[in-house]
Amino acid sequence: MRLTLHIWRQQNASAPGKMVRYEVPDVNEHMSFLEMLDVLNEALIAKGEEPVAFDHDCREGICGMCGCMVNGVAHGPLPGTTLCQLHMRHFKDGDELYLEPWRAKAFPVLKDLVVDRTAFDRIIAAGGYISVSTGSAPDGNAILVPKEAADRSMDAAACIGCGACVAMCPNAAAALFTGAKMAHLGLLPQGQPERLQRAEAMVAQATAEGFGYCTNIGECEAVCPKEIKLEVIARMNRDFLAASWSGR
Amino acid sequence: MELNGKCPTGPIETRWERHRFNLKLVNPANKRKYTIIVVGTGLAGGAAAASLAELGYKVKCFCYQDSPRRAHSIAAQGGINAAKNYHNDGDSIYRLFYDTVKGGDFRARESNVYRLAQISVNIIDQCVAQGVPFAREYSGYLDNRSFGGAQVSRTFYARGQTGQQLLLGAYQALERQIGAGQVEMRDRCEMLDLIVIDGRARGIVTRDLRTGKIESHLGDAVALGTGGYGNVFYLSTNAKGCNTTAIWRAHKRGALFGNPCFTQIHPTCIPVSGEYQSKLTLMSESLRNDGRVWVPSKAGDKRDPSQIPEAERDYFLERKYPSFGNLVPRDVASRNAKNVCDEGRGVGETGLAVFLDFRDAIQRLGASVIRERYGNLFDMYERITGEDPYNTPMRIYPAIHYTMGGLWVDYNLMSTIPGLYVIGEANFSDHGANRLGASALMQGLADGYFVLPNTIGDYLAGTKFDKVDTSHAAVKEAEARVCAVTKRLLETKGTRSVDHYHRELGKLMWEYCGMARTAEGLKHALGRIPEMREEYWRDVRVLGNGDELNQSLEKAGRVADFFELAELMCLDALERNESCGGHFREEYQTPEGEAARDDESYSYVSAWEFKGVGNAPVLHKEPLTFEYVHPAQRSYK
Repeated sequence: MRLTLHIWRQQNASAPGKMVRYEVPDVNEHMSFLEMLDVLNEALIAKGEEPVAFDHDCREGICGMCGCMVNGVAHGPLPGTTLCQLHMRHFKDGDELYLEPWRAKAFPVLKDLVVDRTAFDRIIAAGGYISVSTGSAPDGNAILVPKEAADRSMDAAACIGCGACVAMCPNAAAALFTGAKMAHLGLLPQGQPERLQRAEAMVAQATAEGFGYCTNIGECEAVCPKEIKLEVIARMNRDFLAASWSGR
Repeated sequence: MELNGKCPTGPIETRWERHRFNLKLVNPANKRKYTIIVVGTGLAGGAAAASLAELGYKVKCFCYQDSPRRAHSIAAQGGINAAKNYHNDGDSIYRLFYDTVKGGDFRARESNVYRLAQISVNIIDQCVAQGVPFAREYSGYLDNRSFGGAQVSRTFYARGQTGQQLLLGAYQALERQIGAGQVEMRDRCEMLDLIVIDGRARGIVTRDLRTGKIESHLGDAVALGTGGYGNVFYLSTNAKGCNTTAIWRAHKRGALFGNPCFTQIHPTCIPVSGEYQSKLTLMSESLRNDGRVWVPSKAGDKRDPSQIPEAERDYFLERKYPSFGNLVPRDVASRNAKNVCDEGRGVGETGLAVFLDFRDAIQRLGASVIRERYGNLFDMYERITGEDPYNTPMRIYPAIHYTMGGLWVDYNLMSTIPGLYVIGEANFSDHGANRLGASALMQGLADGYFVLPNTIGDYLAGTKFDKVDTSHAAVKEAEARVCAVTKRLLETKGTRSVDHYHRELGKLMWEYCGMARTAEGLKHALGRIPEMREEYWRDVRVLGNGDELNQSLEKAGRVADFFELAELMCLDALERNESCGGHFREEYQTPEGEAARDDESYSYVSAWEFKGVGNAPVLHKEPLTFEYVHPAQRSYK
């Protein structure tokens, strides 16, 4: 199949960018979306043009490094799927696609489709952990975790930190990401002692990074490649309120 | 060079304990005076950086990805082994030790493997405390499952994302230390050389991948947790960025390389669909519990599988290995799949695949049971291939998955360069010639959480460090080397892309140094690699500049190193005139076609010393002795 792509090209963080049109004449339906971009890049290199920069690594949907907007939707049209796992059979001959980087104040563009997501790391560093130093743990079975709690915790822990939730949110809120980590840890007995402190610190950091506030729109849940549920945001709000009222 | 593995002697059960007692300690108040550089943030690097910082050392940590959470440990699916014996099924530290030495085809050190088995139980405890959501039984206790190469249930898991959850545990511990100011984290920052001063590893040279800035970082010790080198084959289950650059450049500075030819092929991967293929995706080994592997009996039979009658199907694993059937170990399953494809009986468009068929299991158990067991894997398969495995057999083919070889280290995980430690997949230790399933996560975390933080203090406490700064001649030389490589890659302005050359190298390596190797083929590869490398340096096209984000330039440097490593792998494979584990030399097989080891001549670790590109490296041998597990022929008939 033949595709027309319009891709955001931006030389570096401070340069202005623009959409550039490319034709990709021989796309095979078995290619992944990123392999289609590889083919474009090889053609650009052959012509002496700089290839399109895009982040990617594992290409099996787990590292969270890849992602861009495809026709306005984070990670493209297939629900529950990262860009690297999206295959070209979901497109048809003659399709015109617009590829843009994640757009959020807290995710500055570094080049083309590559953005800086280190704000997410700083949210985790603010409190997204359980404070246990190596060597001090009791036997694994000394801490019983009800199966349902472990399963729900795992649902939230599946977050890959790709940033699609922020990119899709009209407020560029990091609530789904932040809430997922708080639910992962807060649903486990191990996570209780620091639960309120964690809520306060992570929310404060997310605000300081320039992410917006959640207004319950739900675009984040719709595009999350790991299908994290909106309820993690409700949990986050509850923990945050409890922390505020606890007079800490 | 005398290779001293520094393995303790005496009763194996107390070796690690006695060894630890004999190590020198650094006073808590003095720890903050030392700076340790950790490269890589996977299970080994991330765990080490966090643990060392918790002890009070100053840590500088580096990764090439945009966040330490993305290291490729994250992609491990199955689980992590630990000798907890929670299931009362006869497991013990000794049994895990025994299984691992045997599974490695008797090419690993007994002392290291025993320590690994001992530490396995502490790892689970640590990860539970961190909040890793391991699978639970309804009672709230930890659940286990069984895995290849073992007869007990000792594998702990978090759905099909165990690697992800363990890595997030280590990452969160690391972020806690970053938040506390104990670790200085540099993401998108790639190590490009090792700085050796007065014979000791004292720092690294890096390139900031955002700005292209070349910088030097100095410290008192360096630990590399930079993973394996499977991407030398271009197509592998590794992440696209996985590379050998950190360990290869340390090798060029004097660290010996152990068993470079020991690579693991995983039998159940989704086959290549075309030239554009950029990586291979693993399907969990657990599928072989219910799927039956077959190809048509006749070569060139291109009928739809549903049109091929039972009598014209060859269930080759069940036929050749009646007692283990479809559950033979990874190396045996992989080689047999290759053989039937070589006979022209492979399936699919490329003829490089075999069927993994669930028809009988679905008939026997019903589709709902199969969906419950393997639903997410079936979905992933359908997402990638567009075929529904409930109705048509999966197509699978072996792919490069893991490298047992790596930099040679002693029992303290120190390389032959004093002060340079190597942890996780990047070192050669523990797995011998073949790694068992669910053991990579175990080794990475054992090295990072429990071994390195104990052993590094001995070196620091026993060494007098001269004060050095970045004006030192050795620093300037290392920076100059890095700048020269970058400049040369950018100035070559050739005609072909980096990926073009990488793909060519990968094809050559897969053909001659992959699943089955021969002296003749290896000699052919050894003739071709220097020619290809020369062509690469003459003709590669890297566009853009060095002083900005430039992904082609990053790749170009890594591929240049693969071209050098590839030659060493072929040489090592040629030198080892035996078959063992993942290393199968066609000339050395039993009458039944299984790997024939030669313990008389090859019961040693090959440790290669670099002598310059194009010059013959020097082989050093560390003899292996087995006091507890006595070498025997593996049989799965």
